[in-house]
Amino acid sequence: MHRNYRIFASKRKVAEMHLLKDSSTAGGPGGPALAKRAPAQEFSADLAPSMDHLDQLEAQSIYIFREAFGRLKKIALLWSLGKDSNVMIWLARKAFFGRLPFPALHVDTGKKFPEMYRFRDHYGKEWDLDLRVEPCPPIDAVDPTLPPAARSAARKTEGLKMALGKYGFDGLIAGIRRDEEATRAKERVFSPRGLEGNWDVRDQPPEFWDHFNASPPQGAHLRIHPILHWTESDIWAYTKRENIPIIPLYLSQNGKRYRSLGDQDITNPVASNASNIDEILIELEQTKVPERSGRALDHETEDAFERLRVAGYL
Amino acid sequence: MNMIVTPASPATPNGTTRPQVRIVIVGHVDHGKSTLVGRLLHETGSLPDGKLEMLKAVSARRGMPFEWSFLLDALQTERDQGITIDTTQIRFRTNSRDIVLIDAPGHAEFLRNMITGASQADGAVLIIDALEGVRDQTRRHGYLLHLLGVKQVAVVVNKMDRVDFSAERFKEISDEISAHLQGLGVKPTAVIPISARDGDGVAERTDRIGWYKGPTVVEALDRLEPARPLEALALRLPVQAIYKFDDRRIVAGRIESGSLVAGDEIVIMPAGKIARIKTVESWPVTPVAGRQGAGRSVGITLDRELFVERGDIIAHANSAPRETRRLRARIFWLHDKPLAKGDQLLVRCGPKESRATVVAIEKAVDPGELSSVENKAIGRNHVGEIDISLSNPIATDPYTENPRTGRLVIEVSGRIAGGGLVLSVDAGQRAVPVDIVPVESALRPDERSARYQHNGAVVWLTGLPASGKSTLAKALERRLFSNGGSPILLDGDTLRAGLNSDLGFSTADRSENIRRLAEMATHLARNGHIAIVAAVSPAREDRATARRIADTSFREIHVATPAGICEERDPKGHYKKARAGALASFTGIGNDYERPEAAELVIDTSTRTVAEAADEIEQMLKTTGVLFDEVVDLAANI
Repeated sequence: MHRNYRIFASKRKVAEMHLLKDSSTAGGPGGPALAKRAPAQEFSADLAPSMDHLDQLEAQSIYIFREAFGRLKKIALLWSLGKDSNVMIWLARKAFFGRLPFPALHVDTGKKFPEMYRFRDHYGKEWDLDLRVEPCPPIDAVDPTLPPAARSAARKTEGLKMALGKYGFDGLIAGIRRDEEATRAKERVFSPRGLEGNWDVRDQPPEFWDHFNASPPQGAHLRIHPILHWTESDIWAYTKRENIPIIPLYLSQNGKRYRSLGDQDITNPVASNASNIDEILIELEQTKVPERSGRALDHETEDAFERLRVAGYL
Repeated sequence: MNMIVTPASPATPNGTTRPQVRIVIVGHVDHGKSTLVGRLLHETGSLPDGKLEMLKAVSARRGMPFEWSFLLDALQTERDQGITIDTTQIRFRTNSRDIVLIDAPGHAEFLRNMITGASQADGAVLIIDALEGVRDQTRRHGYLLHLLGVKQVAVVVNKMDRVDFSAERFKEISDEISAHLQGLGVKPTAVIPISARDGDGVAERTDRIGWYKGPTVVEALDRLEPARPLEALALRLPVQAIYKFDDRRIVAGRIESGSLVAGDEIVIMPAGKIARIKTVESWPVTPVAGRQGAGRSVGITLDRELFVERGDIIAHANSAPRETRRLRARIFWLHDKPLAKGDQLLVRCGPKESRATVVAIEKAVDPGELSSVENKAIGRNHVGEIDISLSNPIATDPYTENPRTGRLVIEVSGRIAGGGLVLSVDAGQRAVPVDIVPVESALRPDERSARYQHNGAVVWLTGLPASGKSTLAKALERRLFSNGGSPILLDGDTLRAGLNSDLGFSTADRSENIRRLAEMATHLARNGHIAIVAAVSPAREDRATARRIADTSFREIHVATPAGICEERDPKGHYKKARAGALASFTGIGNDYERPEAAELVIDTSTRTVAEAADEIEQMLKTTGVLFDEVVDLAANI
């Protein structure tokens, strides 16, 4: 493994193209970028006593994973296939020494990009995941007063409720981050959801000193957020350092790339020339455009996102 | 969420490192916190493109003048209520620091959220309205910062435009708040005159505050020290879990302080067992060779098979934490129902949990008033100092020695209800850990039981004074001995003459008395004897402790003779003395005896003879597997 990071694509042609870009920007094996950052395997073999920023984030997330696994009875990880949830799986495998000792749940709207489905099928096997793919109800079953994109996303909430009912999980691990969106800044690491899967922003139990409220009331469940304290840049820096595979849609093609991946019909690419992770990191350092700007639903009305959260949307 | 910020150095693409500092902004609800935060974001260039314009447009659409505080009021619910309702984490940069700002709301009913936020902070900004001056809430927040150990506090006097930038008014407020904070042992790092709305003093010393020579808000933030390194402290690795995914038995946890490396000799507290670290496991590459420091989530294997469980603390043998069943803590209370003496709680200290009882409330303070209120209970949002008695021993450190392991949270009904700092640990048990290697008996349990025709057991007789416990105990002892068994009587009063002569009759001493009885009885039971304990043992919690210690060998018998008859009997004359007021702490004439709820047997000695009662006990011991049915009889029937 000589590349700085790995790009997943099942089509050989696409893979080669990215391989080419990769080695040209990273300097190739033994190039300058490699000299600066050693791959994960060599890095972890000789840990310095003090920790850098990514080490700290990683240790915190591992702690949260182990608390969730130890204190709850039946948990699952929500795998959206995006960069955040792939980092989550990686962290979980660090926490549990190579395994994901609980199911990975993909609530499938059926409208993801083909690249995402290929990614799921490939890494579901390679990572030996206990993958559960659960469908969403038809769009007609969802609150028609919501704007179109919000309504579409709300389908996922319904699908999630159905999956919850089917398996009886008392904890769902979700890859949301505080820096993503104003309402998410208020989240807890262990966040209780009522019987309807909803979120009461005004009645959150106190959570401090890494003590989490792990006893949801009968029938309710907890959302566990192991990467709540990460930022978008952290995710990319860690993805690069640990050589975690990504879906190529995140990298620029014809002047555009996706910063965030949702359903095909409600997610738009942003203008960008960042064609590898280093360039993404530089772009993030300079940009002031919010990460979710490509998500249609955030812009429909001022309170659409908030209404979705109250109803249990991630 | 509480990130460790030992040499914090966020990696940026160009390889620079910047210390990260977490701050909280506190003060009276109307003194301009949100405005200051909005202005700080603007002055440090931290706002996303278009955000300011969007909010200005929203304000215009709603027919309201734009306010800086709108930036923070992103939630519609907040805008509706006109208050900020929860801790929000916002990031921005000064010259040399990455600042994570935890905006704490001031509204009284959301105080618990402020505590949640402030508990993670390295430093704080206390804001005061120049016109209104120091208010109750200002003082309360100052006190809470002190309570939570936030030492770096910068004071900003806001809305200086409302007092015409008067240096005199500024000095008045500065003197008052400095005196208040110094009374709490907090020296403000700076007192800064500002107008958050207009920008004076935030990033620039404008002409209007030309008389002020100190740092601006941004400069003051830039000087905050990140949290001190934990790696220099003694090793504390609280065990989160033991994993056996494959042939490795991995003890997993996060190093809270100190460091470790494969080969270290460690002690597992509270048991005091000693082992050596064989490997430090990791993924994808394992094992790892380097030293692992504070903050790392690690997995280790040991050189021998020891019983280790979640909540144990791994330390180096020469610097182990103290094990205790008793500690004093300074706590803040967040629950609706006030915390009172005698309350049953769940205490969490890292991954360790223990049921606990509030033994005493030494202090109860309303942080706004700063005066001690009645010592009976600690109300919601109040603070206090309490003594806690723990059902399970906990290994912990005073907060001053280890800020990570020296703190605890309190749960009521599965919900976090308060938190606190460990002030002192009553290390009566085992202050210095020793390499304890219990010597196994030369005899196997089945050798003993074959001789005695019974298994070991703890028969615990509880009931009012003069209810007949000792009489029954003696009758049972004689009966078992006659049948070839090995009964041993442990009478509470008799043991108080020797083993327990250091104990009085306070709640804590009674608990300790019962604990020692239970430990001794359990030791006898493990060695095949039937220990018969006769003790009033009025506290349900204490008996639960005894049952936990003796585990499956415990048989509780409630000698439920009516109180009137007990007092009539009064063979030791205790009731008479107590009625005359000459015997304090006497159980019987008050209603301080807590009846057992699930005793193995209940006996009323006023309605049967001693022999009949002994029969019933013998029968119970047979049906619960202590006494063996006569094998010879079985053989005879064939």
